[in-house]
Amino acid sequence: MQLTNRSKQVSNKEMTLAEKMYLPAVIGGLAITIRHFFRKKPTIQYPEVKKYLGPIYRGHHVLKRDEQGRERCTACGLCAVACPAEAISMVAAERKKGEESLYREEKYAAVYEINMLRCIFCGLCEEACPKQAVYLRHDRMVPVFQERDEVIYGKDRLVEKMDDRYVRIASSEVQATPTEPSLTRAAT
Amino acid sequence: MDLTILSTKGIIILVVFGITLLIAMYSTYAERKVAAFLQDRIGPNRAGPWGLLQPVADAGKMFFKEDFIPSQASKWLFILGPCLAILTALMSSAVIPFGDTIRFSWDSKNYEVAVQAIEINIGVLYIFGVVSLGVYGIMVGGWASNNKFSLLGAIRAASQNISYEIALGLSLIAILMMTGSLSLRAIIDEQASFFEWNVFTQPLGFIIFLTCAFAECNRTPFDLPECETELVGGYHTEYSSMKLGFYLFAEYINMFVSSAFISALYFGGFHYPFMDLVSGALENSLGAVAGHNVATLIGVVVFFGKIFFFIFFFMWVRWTLPRFRYDQLMNLGWKTFIPLSILNVVITGAGLLFNFKYSTWLIAIVMIVLAVMSSARAPKRTVVPQQTV
Repeated sequence: MQLTNRSKQVSNKEMTLAEKMYLPAVIGGLAITIRHFFRKKPTIQYPEVKKYLGPIYRGHHVLKRDEQGRERCTACGLCAVACPAEAISMVAAERKKGEESLYREEKYAAVYEINMLRCIFCGLCEEACPKQAVYLRHDRMVPVFQERDEVIYGKDRLVEKMDDRYVRIASSEVQATPTEPSLTRAAT
Repeated sequence: MDLTILSTKGIIILVVFGITLLIAMYSTYAERKVAAFLQDRIGPNRAGPWGLLQPVADAGKMFFKEDFIPSQASKWLFILGPCLAILTALMSSAVIPFGDTIRFSWDSKNYEVAVQAIEINIGVLYIFGVVSLGVYGIMVGGWASNNKFSLLGAIRAASQNISYEIALGLSLIAILMMTGSLSLRAIIDEQASFFEWNVFTQPLGFIIFLTCAFAECNRTPFDLPECETELVGGYHTEYSSMKLGFYLFAEYINMFVSSAFISALYFGGFHYPFMDLVSGALENSLGAVAGHNVATLIGVVVFFGKIFFFIFFFMWVRWTLPRFRYDQLMNLGWKTFIPLSILNVVITGAGLLFNFKYSTWLIAIVMIVLAVMSSARAPKRTVVPQQTV
């Protein structure tokens, strides 16, 4: 089966004198490598320069609020069921009177935890969610952690902040996918 | 000898020693950078600006590694190996003339001292002797390791060096015949005008010498003694820490010395085109002493430019050509280079009889004609389309 048209027929017939002298082939090889020497390098200097990874990149999880700032999650558990790595766990609670401005529906997640050591960032939770509550944001990665007690992310780190709302825009305005939260503002 | 000349020489020796070590140190950095650039990468750039402190970091790493001696190794020879390697490597830069002379007056006496550690009239022979001793470092170290891979590497190194030294010497003899002297300074002074550079009068000899220099330095495509794919690490398989560092360092010093040797023998050393005009103008404008010294300085810079080019060339070739097979290496050495260099000597001698310097171009032209004819006569390679399975 021919996959490309670049395959070359090899033969072991005797070399001509010019080929035996090696020199033409050596000079040809040197010419090829020196052209690579002056070529522009494709390297991206990673920690300093970050590449924009696209609007559908699956990064840091976020628990969305609605337009009035109420948490969308109803603790139905579909994300936890969908999760192949079993990284999500939650405790449901009933909304009390006077909490209507905090939670969108009568049931909400009192505890919502994602174990980032287990998470494989597949995005199935996002697909399973019927309330558009959980998303994997494209503009931020989960930062590097050194301690095991840092790896379980609770609601304090997952629920969207009102002054830092997440919008998934597929435009050229957002041109970076930064890793460290501290660098986020500068890059986006 | 005069104490002033002695102390000046001492300073020059120290400077040459320092420069040799510095260049060897930064050759490791340059090697990695050149390799990276030839492979579309960037190379080390984290230690210091542009990674310039990388050699320091490497040396620090080397020093803090465990200095391991295998229990079955012959202990003293095991230690002696790398010492010999670095000793011989450092000795050979002693006779290389890095520049013309410097003039100065001290104690109301005028001095003119050559920019060279020691001027001896058998400089070429000296370098040859010292370089051939270098193989003992490899041989002793490889044997003392009590390891079959090391021994095989050492044997390969020894046989390769001995084989290529013959062709190296024979290609040199043509130059010695033209100069009539074994002194490196005399050989350089012979090449004062641009078209009398030995690379133009001895093109074939130059190619043979260059290739043999690659083999003598154990550089790719002739790096069989440390061929990773076959011999683990070759002669330094059992070495670690600074002993390994010495071996690697010796290799880079050898590379520097052979680059200097090649530029001195074939590329006019510290000469450059229109040198007379430049030094004449400098001496007119700055005076006989200062002008002469500045002209010498330019010559030294030019010489180092040539050396750096050849070091780069060594690296450039390393990252271009694959390694030779052992039988190909020996065939090339014994069946091609030795007959060719003997022919080169004969033709040069015949040319000298008629006072014609460029006689070896005859061989080059004949070879080119033969090569073109042979490739014209060769049956065209017909590409058979691959069978579809």
